Amino acid sequence: MSGIPHDHYEPKSNGEKWLNSRLPIVGLLYDTLMIPTPKNLNWMWIWGIVLTFTLALQIVTGIVLVMHYTPHVDMAFNSIEHIMRDVNGGHMIRYFHMNGASLFFVAVYAHIFRGLYYGSYKAPREVTWIIGMLIYLLMMATGFLGYVLPWGQMSFHGTAVITGLFGAIPFIGEALQTWLLGASAVGQPALNRFFSLHYLLPFIIAGLVIVHIWAFHSTGNNNPTGVDVRRTSKEEAQKDTLPFWPYFVIKDLFALAVILVIFMAIVGFMPNYLGHPDNYIEANPLATPAHIVPEWYFLPFYSILRSFTADVWVVMFAEWISFGIIDAKFFGVLAMFGAIAVMALAPWLDTSSVRSGRYRPMFKWWFALLVVDFFVLMWTGAMPAEGIYPIIALIGSAYWFAYFLVLLPLLGVIEKPLPVPATIEDDFNDHYGKPSGTPAE
Amino acid sequence: MFRKLTLTAAVALGLATAATQVSAAGEAHVEDFDFSFEGPFGSYDQMQLQRGLQVYTEICASCHGLRQVAFRNLHDEGGPALPEDQVRAYAEFYEVYDAELDDFRTATPADKFPDSALENAPDLSLMAKARAGFHGPYGTGLNQLFKGMGGAEYIASLMIGYEEPPECAPEDFDGYYNTAFAAGGFPESCIDEKGKHMVPGSWIGMPQPLWGEDVEYADGHSNDLHHEAEDIAAFLMWTAEPKLVARKQAGLTGVIFLTILSVLLYLTNKRLWAPHKAAAKRKD
Repeated sequence: MSGIPHDHYEPKSNGEKWLNSRLPIVGLLYDTLMIPTPKNLNWMWIWGIVLTFTLALQIVTGIVLVMHYTPHVDMAFNSIEHIMRDVNGGHMIRYFHMNGASLFFVAVYAHIFRGLYYGSYKAPREVTWIIGMLIYLLMMATGFLGYVLPWGQMSFHGTAVITGLFGAIPFIGEALQTWLLGASAVGQPALNRFFSLHYLLPFIIAGLVIVHIWAFHSTGNNNPTGVDVRRTSKEEAQKDTLPFWPYFVIKDLFALAVILVIFMAIVGFMPNYLGHPDNYIEANPLATPAHIVPEWYFLPFYSILRSFTADVWVVMFAEWISFGIIDAKFFGVLAMFGAIAVMALAPWLDTSSVRSGRYRPMFKWWFALLVVDFFVLMWTGAMPAEGIYPIIALIGSAYWFAYFLVLLPLLGVIEKPLPVPATIEDDFNDHYGKPSGTPAE
Repeated sequence: MFRKLTLTAAVALGLATAATQVSAAGEAHVEDFDFSFEGPFGSYDQMQLQRGLQVYTEICASCHGLRQVAFRNLHDEGGPALPEDQVRAYAEFYEVYDAELDDFRTATPADKFPDSALENAPDLSLMAKARAGFHGPYGTGLNQLFKGMGGAEYIASLMIGYEEPPECAPEDFDGYYNTAFAAGGFPESCIDEKGKHMVPGSWIGMPQPLWGEDVEYADGHSNDLHHEAEDIAAFLMWTAEPKLVARKQAGLTGVIFLTILSVLLYLTNKRLWAPHKAAAKRKD
């Protein structure tokens, strides 16, 4: 399965031979688990397991929640309270699921920025990257759909705002919005279909995760140096790698356990910290909350959506050149999806021949600024759109696009990269050979 | 580099979360109260919950409902923990609507508290989770980080927040001035040129419910306004989060076991990698 030369599964007993000739499933699992993995992977390579675990956690807790939940506008809110009060362990299951979404996004953002820094998106891993972006989009959709189900005030009015974005699309917008909601406004049809889709999408994500893993099992993992594993012979490959089981499984499980300590503390001691109080008020179409804010994991893109107002010159230009078809609202929607699209296009926008940011002296700083930018956008997304905040948000949004559309192509041309280690083995030996044991990154 | 960024991320996440609680318009004054259920080890004070139940029954219940709470919950461990016969006797004070009889009948412990008697009085079951609480001196939300959502502080602040209307307000302005209430009406005459509110809070529809010495506590606890406000707030925190004690215990157990697991996995990992790291040292 993997392109890196390594030992394959050999059935030994008669029973194994019998099964293997009919269904080579043990061999498939063996090759997947024993994949040669670069031995210099650092602690940013743990998020895959965290994400896999979280997906499983969300599916398992979600299935139990569905057993007690009622997708009806008059009963949804009360059925959640029924789970919180009367179902055995229901309050823990629900808080796990609720905060599990946050854990999922913390992990996915760390995973994405890891990929952006170490150039994991670059050839030959573009397909892995694109599938990852699709998973991320589906995660956002699932997160949003799930937030609607408790039918609180934020659920209801958030749905109205988000589906309203589709209404901003010229010509077909209104029809599209009605089609999505199953009615002209948020109500029973929307709740039913959102519930259905919220149950469906995680399984599509699970399928895509398998493809995601399959893709990088063919190309091999990237690693902090960005240098390829030597594939000339099995012996050389073995100098650069160690099998995934047990070396990386145990390492990742250790990291997962530490992260779960924090997760457990949040669920146990402050489960509502990341939520909005308003969502403990049952949905009331007649009373709009003073301040509709999406969940924290949407804030950076929500900020980009809001930052392109009618008085920004690019927006005015777009409106003029499109004869008014692209107004500020539609421009905002385009910008929000565009912000994710430019990220997905990173493999083709980055012109540098060096993969890892560790050997790119200029890139390093622009990347750090991108991470800061991400958090600035998260912050402005949470603030009311008044005073200084829209200006900060606009600068932040501009940098987001500039990073992908200008800096990535440009840096590859003007930057003089540092020398890259010849092999992964060299990097590993350098790192652990030093008497002081100072980490390379 | 990632280490630094992670730290920045943690701080920024905290700020972003805190920021979501900031309202665009006026500000309300929510005081910090020391409740027994705050912090990772906090739990409800059974006597306080019983006193709060008394305040609810004698004052609040005439207008406000508790539709999510069943009478039998009053017997629950970690809650007011009234004896079963007292719960039964208490429930008999209430009349509930029975759909099967299509009529009202005397409540049993299996029934839930009735809905609000006054149409525009909000149900109180979830109030303590549906309101933001005390934000700390700089509004960083870090207080919440350690003390939970803090809606109980809002409720207690609301109870003691009634004041004489400020001079800037017209005398016939609708409602009652309360320094802790942000969502109510606000007279134009109390807004300065920059659009800022000159006084905290706003005008609430509910007349002052507690004045001090409204109830006589059986346990001899002080019944001044401040204490009554604390007691009702604690009781409403329990109605909003009846499983708080069980949750914190589960959280603590989980944290301890996962910490032990982390240590074991750390040692396993160290042992597992040791020969390869030693080999690297020899080669260098």
